[in-house]
Amino acid sequence: MRSVISVIGKDAVGITAKISAVCANRNVNIVDISQSVLKEDIFVMVMLTEVSDGSSTIPMLKDDFKKISDETGLDIRVIHEDVFNSMHKI
Amino acid sequence: MLNLNEIVEIVNMIEQENLDIRTVTMGISLLDCADSDIDKSCEKIYNKIKSKAGNFVKTVCDIECEYGVPIINKRISVTPVSMLVAVSGGDPVKYAEVLQKCADETGVNFIGGFSALVHKGFSAGDKELIKAIPRALAKTSNICSSVNIGSTKSGINMDAVKLMGEIVKESAELTKDDNCIGPAKLVVLCNAPEDNPFMAGAFHGVGEPDCVIHVGVSGPGVVQSAIKKCPNGSIDEIAEIIKRTAFKITRMGQLVGNVASKRLGIPFGIVDLSLAPTPAVGDSVARILEEMGLEQCGIYGTTAALAMLNDAVKKGGVTASSSVGGLSGAFIPVSEDAGMIEAARNGTLKIEKLEAMTAVCSVGLDMIVLPGKTPAEVISAIIADEAAIGMVNTKTTAVRVIPAIGKDVGDELEFGGLLGSGPVMDINLNKSPKKFIDRGGRIPAPMQSLKN
Repeated sequence: MRSVISVIGKDAVGITAKISAVCANRNVNIVDISQSVLKEDIFVMVMLTEVSDGSSTIPMLKDDFKKISDETGLDIRVIHEDVFNSMHKI
Repeated sequence: MLNLNEIVEIVNMIEQENLDIRTVTMGISLLDCADSDIDKSCEKIYNKIKSKAGNFVKTVCDIECEYGVPIINKRISVTPVSMLVAVSGGDPVKYAEVLQKCADETGVNFIGGFSALVHKGFSAGDKELIKAIPRALAKTSNICSSVNIGSTKSGINMDAVKLMGEIVKESAELTKDDNCIGPAKLVVLCNAPEDNPFMAGAFHGVGEPDCVIHVGVSGPGVVQSAIKKCPNGSIDEIAEIIKRTAFKITRMGQLVGNVASKRLGIPFGIVDLSLAPTPAVGDSVARILEEMGLEQCGIYGTTAALAMLNDAVKKGGVTASSSVGGLSGAFIPVSEDAGMIEAARNGTLKIEKLEAMTAVCSVGLDMIVLPGKTPAEVISAIIADEAAIGMVNTKTTAVRVIPAIGKDVGDELEFGGLLGSGPVMDINLNKSPKKFIDRGGRIPAPMQSLKN
């Protein structure tokens, strides 16, 4: 399955590295990545990822991201690609 | 290709604007559980619900986690229990108790279907079930009850209307030490839909398949934020924005419904396109109306704004789903909507205005707290008025009012959770409708019913 990881929060050094490290550790392949720093230092990044075993990997991935969120205040979400496809494409 | 803006939009909808799937409801037919021995019948019900829904909550929770979309409620609706009472006889409360056991063991938060359909008259089991409703609701915590007392095709059963006024009152009396919670789980309907996933009116109609998955979407906060981005737009521009938003929300509902149906191996039924508020900040239908330019919900203009909202939600949603059903429209439950609670508290929103609003949106007088001294015949008359609106306009209407025993205007009831809290509303008790209600009989079906 493909999941979109979104990261929104205050810009800082090493955000992409931290998120990518978690993905690598959980054997999650990053297919596409897009990021931008909006006004007032708001960092926005989205990653399209390939998760081989969604039902067991996603909960662990979410736990890992929760730890990063608690440390950094970043908002990190993992949402199935189909949610975006169904809501934005006909 | 990733589109940053599209992704951020949806993340914001979920994160900031309370976008969620309000309920995934599994409809289960209990017709094959009927037995002339009530204990055997209960045993069959237990076995059937456990076999169909044993894995239901876990599967839906997995979908919630993998898809990253909040799914608030997992519920079950069953065949109207009066049909089982008709075969078995005995104390209908036994059925409520076995359903409660099923709710506890499957982990669903409500089972709906302690119901009777009496729009043209009472058949075997109906009166017994209705009379047992107050005890059933007092003894259980997760069982919802509904009674259909009228329809466009058959008129309004005024004997049932009279009886239901008494039942609502009795149900409040029996639960007076628990914030009169009984009638908060009881709804009196006209033109009840058979595939409604929302409580308290959900039951599994006899025309439905053996087992089916329905989805109820929500998202008042998303609609409100979308309108906020167009502060000076004309009403038709606002309608367009609501349509587009409703389309996206419904597509998400359809997606979740399809996935749940596939994983559970149960056919997908309908998406109910409803804007269902919760007491949470930013999840209010009243606030949408206020965002459109009304200083507060309940003032003049409220009915027109709601009519437009309700219509735009349907127009936007209907093409986004393979099958739309249930109640589909904006809900206006007073105690469950932060904006409505505030408007009712300061007297801007009155019960007469709410009645007018029910003519143009889905459902009816919902979660309204009445003074404890309200006589049963006044509750019956409120039910009759609301049913008449539904009957004549060929739409579903419902009454879920809670007489706050021992309380009066100025007091409040606190139900907690999604049911919220509500101020006791001032109602007109100067003159009595008792003679009208005591006449009984049936209001004949209106001209609108003669369509053949």
